[in-house]
Amino acid sequence: MRKGKVLVALVLFACLLLFAGTTVFADAPVLRMATTTSTDNTGLLDYLAPYANKSLGIELQWVAVGTGKALELGKNCDVDVLMVHAPETELQYVKDGYGKDRTQFMYNDFVIIGPAGDPAGARGKSVPEAMKKIRSKPALFASRGDNSGTHVKELELWKLSGIVVPQKESWYIETGQGMINTINIAAECDAYTLTDRGTFIKYESNWEGKTPLIILIEGDKSLRNQYSVIAVNPTNCSKVRYDLATEYIKWISAPEAQRLIADFKLMGKQLFIPNAGE
Amino acid sequence: MGYITGGFLKAFQLLGTGDPETYSAVFTTLKVSSLSIAASLIIGIPAGFFLGYREFRGKRQVRTFVDTLLALPTVVVGLLVYAFISRRGPFGNLGMLFTIPGIAVAQTVLVTPIVVSLTATAIEGLDERMRVTLVTLGADRFRIALASLKEAQFAVLAAAVTAYGRAISEVGVSMMIGGNIKWHTRTITTAIALETGKGEFSMGIALGIVLLLLAFIVNWGLIMLKKRA
Repeated sequence: MRKGKVLVALVLFACLLLFAGTTVFADAPVLRMATTTSTDNTGLLDYLAPYANKSLGIELQWVAVGTGKALELGKNCDVDVLMVHAPETELQYVKDGYGKDRTQFMYNDFVIIGPAGDPAGARGKSVPEAMKKIRSKPALFASRGDNSGTHVKELELWKLSGIVVPQKESWYIETGQGMINTINIAAECDAYTLTDRGTFIKYESNWEGKTPLIILIEGDKSLRNQYSVIAVNPTNCSKVRYDLATEYIKWISAPEAQRLIADFKLMGKQLFIPNAGE
Repeated sequence: MGYITGGFLKAFQLLGTGDPETYSAVFTTLKVSSLSIAASLIIGIPAGFFLGYREFRGKRQVRTFVDTLLALPTVVVGLLVYAFISRRGPFGNLGMLFTIPGIAVAQTVLVTPIVVSLTATAIEGLDERMRVTLVTLGADRFRIALASLKEAQFAVLAAAVTAYGRAISEVGVSMMIGGNIKWHTRTITTAIALETGKGEFSMGIALGIVLLLLAFIVNWGLIMLKKRA
């Protein structure tokens, strides 16, 4: 009896060692990127990474967090390159010496979505008018509330519309979650929300086109959503792979990658528009 | 409802077809939790034994402290460990952030209190007469300690199972320290969080079922071990 027990224990221990020992060590140099959830959740990075790995001979590893946290990870030297979408914040970040070589490489646009019935009557209005309608109805509005690029844009839009940024108002729901989760929450309580178009198309494809929320406002100049890549500044972080980051930034703004971005489609719709060198 | 039935079907489909992404997450989960459980048992059993067996001043305070740590939120453990192993932190040079050993260290912090507390309780629950008998039989301290642990082995095993359950099901630490990097630090739970974030609910449920199957296999193995003993 005792023998059997020892044997089982040994087998378990061997399994444990086996699992612990098979840690994969990559051969190619690793480039670490912090990025926003929208580029990851839409599948863009999964689609681009093999091409980047092949032509640069690197292994791209990314963590998908909000723009706010991505910038923070760069500040702490935990990643080598950033892919973010909050231009004002980024410029300040570069000015403060945390980032370098900021390069705009693609954009899409934000859209305001809401219940198909449009209880606030915001459809087709200009952005400030629509925000005021939602404010005064009051219809519900779901906010990311997480310092992400989309959240930063939303705060900008309230200010642009001359509205004090809502705090504890009962119609203003701060979800503190990612974009798709926020859209789902908005859909559950018939609220309006701001989303980037890429994520909305992804959401549509999950619902096979029959979504409870639809696009009500689009095409306004203030709704542009610019994505940029930024190298983490090597003078701030000595161990950072600035050489690889530079190559990656060059690669993503070169014609090959730009064409790949233009070709990336969900449900036959283009999600991002390349604009490096603009 | 569609998500749930869809999730069940997908779970078996993922496992049956040997989906590489799912298996990568499964193995990462196993690696991380095995490492952290091994470490927490090595630290936790002796510590728990000491706490349960010996009388010393301030014992009750230490016990209360350990029991309080049982309520440590995973995200707080993640934040604390992040502060230490970030390149800007005191152990930044080790390059542990976004690696499997990094997650294992943080999980060890998370689950060691479970092992300590439950082991101590098990040892305290032993019959005092056993110790007296052992002493009269002339056993030395080491022998007494071994005999006590052997007597409490099933309770200690239960501590290990509880700790394992906590380790494989937590998401806060794995997300903060691991970063959910595909093929590297993506565990089953962070994959579930990602799929939910993508709105792929049935995929999330499928992975949840995979996790439960894994827990079932581990527990079943332990039951077999108990039977043999």
